[in-house]
Amino acid sequence: MGDFRMPSLGADMSEGTLLEWHVHPGDAVHRGDIIATVDTSKSAIDIEVFEDGQVEELLVAPGATVAVGTPIARISDGGLHRDVRAPEAQSPLAPSPEAQSPAAEAPKVTAPAVESPAAEKVVVGRPHASPLARRRAAELGIDLGYVQPARRDGVIGVGDVDARAAEIAAAASTATVTVPPAPAERPTREPRQAPKRDEAAMRQAIASLMARSKREIPHYYCQQAVDLHLALAWLQAENSRRPVAERILPAALLLKAAARAARSVPEINGFCVDGSFTASARVHLGVAVSLRGGGLIAPALLDADDLPLAELMTRMKDLVTRARGGRLKASEMSDATVTVTNLGEQGVESVLGVIYPPQVAVIGFGRIAERPWAVDGMLTVRPVVTVTLAADHRVSDGHRGGQALAAIEAALQAPENL
Amino acid sequence: MNPDQAQAVLRDALRDIAPDADLAVLDPEEDMRTAFDLDSVDFLSLVEAIATRTGVEIPESDYRTVRSLRGMVDHLAARSPG
Repeated sequence: MGDFRMPSLGADMSEGTLLEWHVHPGDAVHRGDIIATVDTSKSAIDIEVFEDGQVEELLVAPGATVAVGTPIARISDGGLHRDVRAPEAQSPLAPSPEAQSPAAEAPKVTAPAVESPAAEKVVVGRPHASPLARRRAAELGIDLGYVQPARRDGVIGVGDVDARAAEIAAAASTATVTVPPAPAERPTREPRQAPKRDEAAMRQAIASLMARSKREIPHYYCQQAVDLHLALAWLQAENSRRPVAERILPAALLLKAAARAARSVPEINGFCVDGSFTASARVHLGVAVSLRGGGLIAPALLDADDLPLAELMTRMKDLVTRARGGRLKASEMSDATVTVTNLGEQGVESVLGVIYPPQVAVIGFGRIAERPWAVDGMLTVRPVVTVTLAADHRVSDGHRGGQALAAIEAALQAPENL
Repeated sequence: MNPDQAQAVLRDALRDIAPDADLAVLDPEEDMRTAFDLDSVDFLSLVEAIATRTGVEIPESDYRTVRSLRGMVDHLAARSPG
């Protein structure tokens, strides 16, 4: 029998709210099955099981918020004692959930929040809520200002919204018996506009992780301007043959080139935990996706270096769409081995990233723009992108970092091989 | 397709991609990518959504002209049947 634990879905997660079980006790499960959905401050994440087995017992009810590492189910697996991260643990790569998320230890020692008096239910200013909670609140017409968060960090989860909806329904059904509605029912504030995803909660999560990164990781930086005329000409010819739905964006070429470079320079691809670096044999490319209205999430394109370009493009579109819709998978949230931030066509000339721990590098692409360019002693105009690398000095240095950028440049000069 | 119908198609196609986008307040000459903060994936999704609704597959070589509201509406009005 094995404990299935609340997984760490990124270094900035210390606890999660169980939204929904997709299995029942007695169900057989297979590696890769989605068995639960968990709400974090960034997104609702589908949790996959990493080994075959049978569900014995569900230990946590929907709506409950528990710390990372807390057992949430028992799954029999024929005598093996492993948790959800276990297959990862077989490879030398894998940090334990604790190692991946040192912050997870802290909340465990704090006592559960005392039941707040009803008078404190109404928050001042914008309440913090998960994207899914906001969507649910919008669907149900619930004002988040009256929703009491169950979790200690004060972020409203979708379970809290449902609880509030039940409260209102109960109040409505008793209203005929002249019982006054629950104290929280009384509006004390102006009703808000249509709810938007909570930027403040996400900003907080980003800030604390990035502060940790800058505190712990000795970053160094290098950059290289890369001529894209071959790559874009190839892409243009390719796309003129493709229907709209199969067109490939320059971003896909850049991601593929970055993935190739990560494979050829292993010092930028892997995890550094407690000062000790383990390179990853696979390249899971974290793709920084900016969300409408602010905020950022960096889910992984798994095995990006092995994906044919058209496949990578399809996966990237899907990943961006799901990231913005708040529907990602656990493996996508926790497995990135190196991250790419691509400012795209609306961006500026270059971006120097902040490393996402426990990763050791972030590759940045600025906007592709026409620039003066010297070729064979003559000046011409070429589409150029500035590629940057921010990497961890504990693991590599500028010389090796430069080789990674050179590998990206070389890959982009032979687009037909990408 | 007349310009009003073209604009309705555009509004409808934009709804899923940029729910906060409001064509009514948009300068018809302005680049929609800037006005609505659309990245390249968003813009491709928009072109796809328009193709699904109208059958008009905008070639990449015409992207430059369809980035503005006016350019897009003119393009659709000229190319789409009916």
